[in-house]
Amino acid sequence: MKVKSNGGNRPRIVEWIDARLPVFTYLQREYGEFPMPRNVNYLWSLGAIASVFFAILMVTGIFLAMHYTAHKDLAFDSVERIMRDVNWGWLLRYMHMNGASFFFAAVYIHLLRGLYYGSYKAPRELLWIFGVVLLLCMMASAFLGYVLPWGQMSYWAATVITNLFSAIPLVGDMLVSWILGGYSVDNPTLTRFYALHYLMAFVIAAVIGLHVIALHIVRSNNPLGIEPKSADETVPFHPYLTAKDGFAIVVALIAFSLFTFFAPNMLGETVNYVPANPLQTPPHIVPEWYFWPFYAILRAVPNLWIIDAKLGGVIAMGASILVLFFVPWLDTSPVRSARFRPIYRGFFWVLIAAIVALGWAGSRPPEGAALWVAKAATLYYFAHFLVVLPLLGRREKTLPLPASISAAIKSGAA
Amino acid sequence: MRARRMIRPLAALMLAGVGLWLAPVRAAEEIELPRIKWSFSGPFDRFDRNAARRGFEVYTQACQFCHGLRFLSFNSLAALGFDESELSAIAAAREVLDGPNDDGDMFKRPARVSDRMPPPFANEKAARAANNGALPPDLSLMIKARNGGPDYVFGILTGYDKAPQGFAVAPGLNYNRVFPGHQIAMPRPLSAGAVTFTDGTPASVEQAAHDVVTFLAWASEPTLEERKRVGTRVLLFLLTFAALVFAIQQRLWARLH
Ligand code: HEC
Ligand code: HEM
Repeated sequence: MKVKSNGGNRPRIVEWIDARLPVFTYLQREYGEFPMPRNVNYLWSLGAIASVFFAILMVTGIFLAMHYTAHKDLAFDSVERIMRDVNWGWLLRYMHMNGASFFFAAVYIHLLRGLYYGSYKAPRELLWIFGVVLLLCMMASAFLGYVLPWGQMSYWAATVITNLFSAIPLVGDMLVSWILGGYSVDNPTLTRFYALHYLMAFVIAAVIGLHVIALHIVRSNNPLGIEPKSADETVPFHPYLTAKDGFAIVVALIAFSLFTFFAPNMLGETVNYVPANPLQTPPHIVPEWYFWPFYAILRAVPNLWIIDAKLGGVIAMGASILVLFFVPWLDTSPVRSARFRPIYRGFFWVLIAAIVALGWAGSRPPEGAALWVAKAATLYYFAHFLVVLPLLGRREKTLPLPASISAAIKSGAA
Repeated sequence: MRARRMIRPLAALMLAGVGLWLAPVRAAEEIELPRIKWSFSGPFDRFDRNAARRGFEVYTQACQFCHGLRFLSFNSLAALGFDESELSAIAAAREVLDGPNDDGDMFKRPARVSDRMPPPFANEKAARAANNGALPPDLSLMIKARNGGPDYVFGILTGYDKAPQGFAVAPGLNYNRVFPGHQIAMPRPLSAGAVTFTDGTPASVEQAAHDVVTFLAWASEPTLEERKRVGTRVLLFLLTFAALVFAIQQRLWARLH
């Protein structure tokens, strides 16, 4: 019997299925032969890494759901039972908790990779837009999930964040009680958040599908930001990228294991091991680290004319993500990669510094130095996208692009 | 270009902001915690069984009248090395509410090893009534639920002191160096010789505090040892696997040149 996965001699069962639904042909084309620029670096493995963390979240989440009880009097205890009494329950929960952090970390690096190498430029605009949609879905999902263990921070984060909607003029208060299913965070809020958290997982899965389909139409960019011109400038996805991504994934899993097994609560808030208490507000209400920059922007806006600080903060926080949708058109430079844009490169690192500064400010009470850092960094964040990108694109003197990827490899520049 | 000259100062400014990271949150209220070398804090460490068992004795003699351990069953203490007859004796010394019986009445009976540890008070109101209006929290997650964890709880238990000159302590509260605000509703729970250990260890306040914290750390996460053991194996596997995949990857890509 001949068993060969590629080429003509495939097992009959494979032929039979493939003639009716060409999954095997599809896999061979999209993950076997799919041409990848041969000069991609490890930053191009972060999409694969993010997918792995998403898979980990899905699998552990489904098992957690089998033991979790979405009721305000039982949720906290059911989570603690998972930790103590369910076989491997501690592992499921710690993987799910830290998996969310690593998912965000991977996606943030992935996104910044796109910003640095101009991967959002034509023809990859839609791919980028699906990416921003994914980011929004992840944020919603992480917020909903954080409420489920019904600890102090779960409860108060839910209260603070849902309360933001009350800033919307006229309908705000109505909207809040509609979202909460009552006048405060309570059992109806918990049960609907659970339903939606479970639902979001599948929404994200679907959007990842669209993201990857779009990627396979326009194909991967590369550190030079120029398209491959001939076949010898690309390598087939398998085995070259499967091996390279495989190595990157294992390294990411090592970092993930260090947290999950040896410091599983380091990224979390200790107060969330105190059961929710609607009568007692914790001294500092802070979200998980991956929301810190946005939380800083939310609280950085002062009262402006007729817009009060709360509404202004909500608008700014929303805009800080929405602005990403327009990046493909805000950046007017014809050159993709920051390698050939010396000035853009500088501004890129200022943006990174601003985001880190926002993260720092978001983890602290909004007063003193933290507030001023948040204000300055928020201004730069928006200026970067709304002023620097459009103006710089037209004025910057870029470095000469190499004639081709091979030429750059030969001259040692790739 | 002009823009280029602006980048450095801008970046420097932002990085200065990041530098503030190291500054404490509120310099005014930083409380120094004692730093203890715990038996369970390192990546391969286990709970010191003797200390944890003594810690359970501290709990039964000095804490259980006010604080529950609602996530623990008597059974689970077997992990600390108590044998079956010891566990039965420990359980039988406590009463739990059971029922209703065939007459429809609730009744009290001695606890069995399969029971969870009974709460010290019937409900929150009863707990507050007995404690000057304050609520003694359940201790089963205490070590995970406070910043500083074991060091913090050790600090609370050993932090009772005379209030400094001019510090007014409200009636019913006690001065404590470590508790936020320095006024705690819990009366000093440990004093020298207040507990007796069956293994004869002298029960200084520090010893009793150290042991009860070790016990509570175990109670907060009985799966800690399994977690580290599994983690070590997973890491060894992943490191080997990484080396293997890296070697394959290098050989594959070397063919390209
Ligand atoms: C007489 C009752 C009583 C006894 C006995 C007692 N406690 Fe407490 N404990 C309290 C009360 C009341 C509080 C709440 C204090 C407050 O909120 O001000 C408390 C709070 C605590 C806290 C939480 C402090 C915080 O950060 O909120 C810890 C930890 C604690 N007790 C440990 C112990 C230990 C360990 C023992 C035994 C060695 C013990 N307690 C014995 C009444 C008691
Ligand atoms: C759920 C989260 C996400 C997953 C699972 C995911 C997955 C992937 C994968 C597998 C790739 C191909 C490999 C690679 O280039 O890394 C990719 C490419 C890409 N993604 Fe994502 N992605 C996610 C979120 C995002 C976000 C938030 C953005 C940006 C807003 C984004 C923008 C892009 C772009 C521009 C590319 C092409 C990059 C290039 O070829 O240079 N993605 N994504």
